[in-house]
Amino acid sequence: MAEFRLPLNSRIKSGKSWPLPEGSSSNSREFKIYRWDPDSGDNPRWDTYQVDMDSCGAMVLDALLWIKDKVDATLTLRRSCREGICGSCAMNIDGGNTLACTQPIAEIKGTVKISPLPHMEVVKDLVPDLTTFYDQYASIEPWLKSNEPNPENAERLQTIADREELDDHYECILCACCSTSCPSYWWNGDVYLGPAALLQAHRWIVDSRDDATKERLSELEDSFKLYRCHTIMNCTRACPKGLNPAEAIADIKRRIATA
Amino acid sequence: MKGDYEIVDHHYDVVVVGAGGAGLRATFGLAEKGLKTACITKVFPTRSHTVAAQGGVSASLGNMGKDDWRWHMYDTVKGADWLGDQDAIEYMVKEAVPAIYELEHYGMPFSRTEEGKIYQRPFGGMTTNFGEGTAQRTCAAADRTGHAMLHTLYQQSLKHDAEFFIEYFTIDLIMEDGECRGVVAWDLAEGTLHRFYGNMTILATGGYGRSYFSCTSAHTCTGDGNGMVLRAGLPLQDMEFVQFHPTGIYGAGCLITEGVRGEGGYLTNSDNERFMERYAPNAKDLASRDVVSRAMTIEINEGRGVGPEKDHIHLHLEHLGPEVIEKRLPGIAESASIFAGVDVTKDPIPVLPTVHYNMGGIPTNYNAEVLTLKDGNPDTVVEGLMAIGEAACVSVHGANRLGSNSLLDLVVFGRSAANRCAEIMTPGAEHKKTSDSVTDEILTRFDNIRYAEGDVSTAELRQEMQRLMQNHAAVFRTEETLASGSKLIDECASKFSNVKVSDRSLVWNSDLVETLELQNLLGNAITTMKSAHNRKESRGAHAREDFPDRLDDEWMKHTLTWLDESNTLTFDYRPVHNYTLTDEVEYVPPKARVY
Repeated sequence: MAEFRLPLNSRIKSGKSWPLPEGSSSNSREFKIYRWDPDSGDNPRWDTYQVDMDSCGAMVLDALLWIKDKVDATLTLRRSCREGICGSCAMNIDGGNTLACTQPIAEIKGTVKISPLPHMEVVKDLVPDLTTFYDQYASIEPWLKSNEPNPENAERLQTIADREELDDHYECILCACCSTSCPSYWWNGDVYLGPAALLQAHRWIVDSRDDATKERLSELEDSFKLYRCHTIMNCTRACPKGLNPAEAIADIKRRIATA
Repeated sequence: MKGDYEIVDHHYDVVVVGAGGAGLRATFGLAEKGLKTACITKVFPTRSHTVAAQGGVSASLGNMGKDDWRWHMYDTVKGADWLGDQDAIEYMVKEAVPAIYELEHYGMPFSRTEEGKIYQRPFGGMTTNFGEGTAQRTCAAADRTGHAMLHTLYQQSLKHDAEFFIEYFTIDLIMEDGECRGVVAWDLAEGTLHRFYGNMTILATGGYGRSYFSCTSAHTCTGDGNGMVLRAGLPLQDMEFVQFHPTGIYGAGCLITEGVRGEGGYLTNSDNERFMERYAPNAKDLASRDVVSRAMTIEINEGRGVGPEKDHIHLHLEHLGPEVIEKRLPGIAESASIFAGVDVTKDPIPVLPTVHYNMGGIPTNYNAEVLTLKDGNPDTVVEGLMAIGEAACVSVHGANRLGSNSLLDLVVFGRSAANRCAEIMTPGAEHKKTSDSVTDEILTRFDNIRYAEGDVSTAELRQEMQRLMQNHAAVFRTEETLASGSKLIDECASKFSNVKVSDRSLVWNSDLVETLELQNLLGNAITTMKSAHNRKESRGAHAREDFPDRLDDEWMKHTLTWLDESNTLTFDYRPVHNYTLTDEVEYVPPKARVY
């Protein structure tokens, strides 16, 4: 029988075990963190850390920075706003993609296991390469296209109801939790646009001020770009902002089918 | 040098450092004008801290009632406690109106009124008729205005095919003969070093909130541009003015927008008293931020704080009802739930004044050109260098910024910088020859830090700085706290030569990034502490208990500070511009600041 395993250089080995620093309380939690240093030539590894919860904040990001500050300064991750709006610290925590800054440690049972967003090339440790993800976002041409000239010294009018159509779309923080949770994106990430880009495509399709709906839909009518979505719905489950890319994708398909 | 560095050279008309609101607005404005532009940013553009702005962006559109840019100007001058330059303020508030319409035309998802216009809410210090009524001037996209704006600006940058260098950390300015010729930057993903030559360099690097222990600012707000300017031998301006936002979440420090109070929220103390009525009888909870932060601090200091330690204040919005909260304030409902465990429809949010914004920064005029004091001329332009956004001190915010004037500042002066470049530059103009020794010096500093083998970690030293800034340059300041703070920050900064970097690699070496950032933060911290010690009066956000009055005769002037290599600070001053840009409005003369 064929055996499917990761290539030799991708197999994750067991790494270093870091003790709790001296002077810590007995109230500690164990973290297992994926590490990979591109310069070393070594395989990726799981390093184990003990975190003193009495001197650490409540969120997973707090623990990662606690480790970086007090135990191992080489641990590498992206982070910025620490309040769930910039989308930097998306990673796989306890088996699900989410933001480290809004994920309470207390909600996780046992050892907290952290790895980079799945199925992306890793740059270093918890930092994935998001170049393709960003290119896909740019490919949907995410800007207003209107046939009307801009009104002079005034805004375009939009009813409250029309504006509400943009809710649950514009709040996207491009963290990539959804796209990298999608098995279809794992297999066809180079040609399938993925839920994040499609949610944003939908944001412009439903914007009452935008006149390019037809060309936007026709651009998406493609067996790979759009129809690699098989309604698995991991995207909606993963979204840390509570958005529903699966529903947006379904609406794009419906609009194309009924056009 | 221990490391062996190959340098990749790039040639542009303009080099923009930073891709927040100001940097992006400048970048695509320049692209639009046909200037070859590189935008270098240490984070992907939509991760910049502009994204965290909540409440809105001010402009006298008059969508909710009569408004006038002159009223906006008066409010801004008064909010600034007469330290703002009135020509620049006039420019900003006038340009506000077209700037907001432009954002809407780009597709920014503003909330709407019944008539379909941009929704505007009340905000602190924003009044009608020169202080009489409450203005509804702050244009909002629910409570996610910064996010909506930053994404819109990035979208326009994509539309204009602007050139980005993302996750490149800018190390230093290339300065020769007193002119800026470009920057040296480090590509984190590839681990390579790059030299960007440009006839103009625009710093849009944001504030330095992370020099304090508790701030609403992102981890990346490390005042890098300010640090570079200090190392280039140029001055920073008005660094003593640090804004404490009244409503950071107690403990976590995350921002709760002033828009909560704009929508009718209010603060209470342990007696359940709406104490702002005592401090600001007219504006109450919508007085400007310095006033509210001081009132809260006094309440806590006098034993009327809430909670078991009586060390914070309650912010109520439960009376607004779930509908208003869901429609106007959904983001803060989420933040309060995550970071304070509070259901805002039922309970108040525990809040505390928290470091939020730096009024000080790189001195510029309203064309975004960097200024210095030279041969007696306080408005000498530094060739080849501009600064915009929070990094700059135009100065439109003076001693205290009004809420929703910062998002405005970003787009107005980002655009102004692009326009000015188009006016004074020729696309494709040749670059002056710059000697390699300038780059060598920059690389030597980089290499020394990369291989630093001292015995104090970056994190330890950073925390020492943050704690002492928090303790010694807080909402209220005294001779005692500032004198000892000045001594402590000197000691702290001197330890930087003994810092330890553990990661020696070049690919995504975030230990090294944080150490370079720490050096920038320290420059900002020293200038802040000592400028505060130097200014013997109270004005705006700078409140001296030992000098409680504003002393216009002596102190209505901008502080300039130069920092040398041994961390010695030199002071001088620039006059405040006490004139307007045009005769469409009159100079607002100083008077007592009462809300």
